[in-house]
Amino acid sequence: MRELSLHILDVAQNSVKAGATLTTIEQTVDTAAHTLRFTITDNGCGMDETTVRRVIDPFFTSRTTRKVGLGIPFFKMEAENTGGSFSISSVPGQGTTVSALFHTDHIDCLPVGDMAGTVTALVQCNPQLDFVYRLCVDGRSFVMDTREFREQLEGVPLNNPDVVQFMKEFLEENSETIYGGA
Amino acid sequence: MKSLAELKAIKEKNKMGVMLREEQDGIRVVVGMATCGIAAGARPVLNAFTEEVAKRRLEGVTVAQTGCIGICQYEPVVEVYAPGKEKVTYVKMTPEKVARVVADHLVNGNVVTEYTIGAMQK
Repeated sequence: MRELSLHILDVAQNSVKAGATLTTIEQTVDTAAHTLRFTITDNGCGMDETTVRRVIDPFFTSRTTRKVGLGIPFFKMEAENTGGSFSISSVPGQGTTVSALFHTDHIDCLPVGDMAGTVTALVQCNPQLDFVYRLCVDGRSFVMDTREFREQLEGVPLNNPDVVQFMKEFLEENSETIYGGA
Repeated sequence: MKSLAELKAIKEKNKMGVMLREEQDGIRVVVGMATCGIAAGARPVLNAFTEEVAKRRLEGVTVAQTGCIGICQYEPVVEVYAPGKEKVTYVKMTPEKVARVVADHLVNGNVVTEYTIGAMQK
């Protein structure tokens, strides 16, 4: 994958599969320290300790169609390729947290890419679920919460094309402001 | 800057549509969004479908996702389910191909045969 945002989309799909009703994606940027941290937290079914240890193994997967599962191992590799780190923790019945730290000044660090596209794709494909996206750049932050969208929309679904278009622009414009109009 | 207040207008505009849509079976466009699909470029394809559908104000078209259906070498894969018709599977999709599928297939009912899996396997 050529963008970190695609990895985020892939990892967040695991939360959806785990039956999470709320998935939070946090992106924290420290420009002075050249670090970027992505944390994905969900309230899905969680995993026991043995399973948590096995998800980083590419030859482990929960699906039955074949014997490889590459999403998490790829994501971990991308973080470690930049000299960063990866962690995953889970409590059965409560949810899972995946976190990865990237050193953005490392030559092997992938570009973040289209995060607005990732978040809208997630919401659009799972309009019955809630997602929170929080972007924090050097202490300035911005939050998008589908529960707030829902409140305004009063029954118009989140996958309505007009809503999806608005959400994409909303994310793009606010992210740009947080990054300082760069 | 965009504010959530703009959603009010979208709600008013679409409230009627919701009631209409719930009553009828429309066309379902399903994009494969597992690791293989995403890596091959499924996200821009999904976004392109949404944009086209919004632009043309196509009522009753739902864009959704599915997991890996086992033909990873043909990703991005898009399946189109129209009521009363056989499923059509498009392979190696791109945002450019999406515009044609929407215009020819979703709007006019003509399958774009050259993009389907049948054409690929020949």
